[in-house]
Amino acid sequence: MHEWALAEAIIAAALQIAEKEGLKEVTEVTIKVGELQQIEPDILRFALSQLKPASFKGAKFRITRAKTELKCRACGHMWLFKKQELDESAAEAIHFVPEVAHTYIKCPKCGSPDFEIIKGRGVWLENIKGAR
Amino acid sequence: MSLVDPRTSVINERLKRIGRIIAVSSGKGGVGKSLVATTLALALARKGCKVGLFDLDFTSPSTHIILGDRNAQPKEEKGIVPPVVKGLEYMSLIYYSGDHATPLRGADVSNALIELLSVTRWSQLDFLVIDMPPGIGDAVLDLIRLVKRIEFLIVTTPSQLAFETVKKLVSLLKDLKAPIIGVVENMKMNSAKSIQQQTEKLGIAFLGEIPYDPTVEGAIGDETKLLDTALAKKIREIAMSGYL
Repeated sequence: MHEWALAEAIIAAALQIAEKEGLKEVTEVTIKVGELQQIEPDILRFALSQLKPASFKGAKFRITRAKTELKCRACGHMWLFKKQELDESAAEAIHFVPEVAHTYIKCPKCGSPDFEIIKGRGVWLENIKGAR
Repeated sequence: MSLVDPRTSVINERLKRIGRIIAVSSGKGGVGKSLVATTLALALARKGCKVGLFDLDFTSPSTHIILGDRNAQPKEEKGIVPPVVKGLEYMSLIYYSGDHATPLRGADVSNALIELLSVTRWSQLDFLVIDMPPGIGDAVLDLIRLVKRIEFLIVTTPSQLAFETVKKLVSLLKDLKAPIIGVVENMKMNSAKSIQQQTEKLGIAFLGEIPYDPTVEGAIGDETKLLDTALAKKIREIAMSGYL
């Protein structure tokens, strides 16, 4: 349940934003999840529902997925991350710390491990709606 | 609203049950920082303290080799629970990267550091000792930005080449108002007082000299042997001093 720790971070960050924006009640929280970290949306949603504070009582958690784009710094090739191309232990390691992708993934064109994660790395808070 | 990284919001909550957070740092590599960090953690633990050791030298981790344990694994339980290795709660990127090369650029170092800080569940500790990467790069800047109670213990050798980089590190830490516990002079082979004098001139505490100890290499991977070296004896004295 690595998702639980990330859910705690999402709630803490959302509470800080709600407080800053003077929201007494939060009605919707939108979270973007990059494919690289392989977060299970159902587990994340369950953890969020268990952790939500009173001011989030009626809040809906919208979770959107983002594809992971990688770009080779050596040859410029761009490609999409595909979990099924990794063995189970490598996929699990990347789930915990996405940066170890540099250990297990190489540019499919030139073989370099020096690539950039352009987008779709991990968990982002995208939007919060609520009532003042 | 622009995208917000939620992970940083939870870092100080994760560290709130830790008494002191000590980043063992150096201006340059090769000064024995990882050995000092690991031996300090072991010495504090043998003194009866609850201690964690966190290897943040992501591209060249070595504390797992010094401790000599490759079998432990973190547990996944509402985050990551560090295993206990030789009496220390221990965390390193090697649990995820294995023995493979992990080429990380600045932004990747920051992201991996933030990830581990935000999901690792340390228990109640007296000390968390952090083995830092050498120099004044992303890990130093991120830790000062993200960890409120961080303190720095700086390791140098008697070489002026090493100490010149310590001056830069001290200057940066002062500018960022990060507390410095003091400077340790490692691999001492004579009685020259130049490093002590220069440290004191910077207004920084000189914590002590660790003699060059040729038996240390043979003690790598065996914590009992390591704690029997002249290096460990001196580090125990530092651990018992009023600075820690």
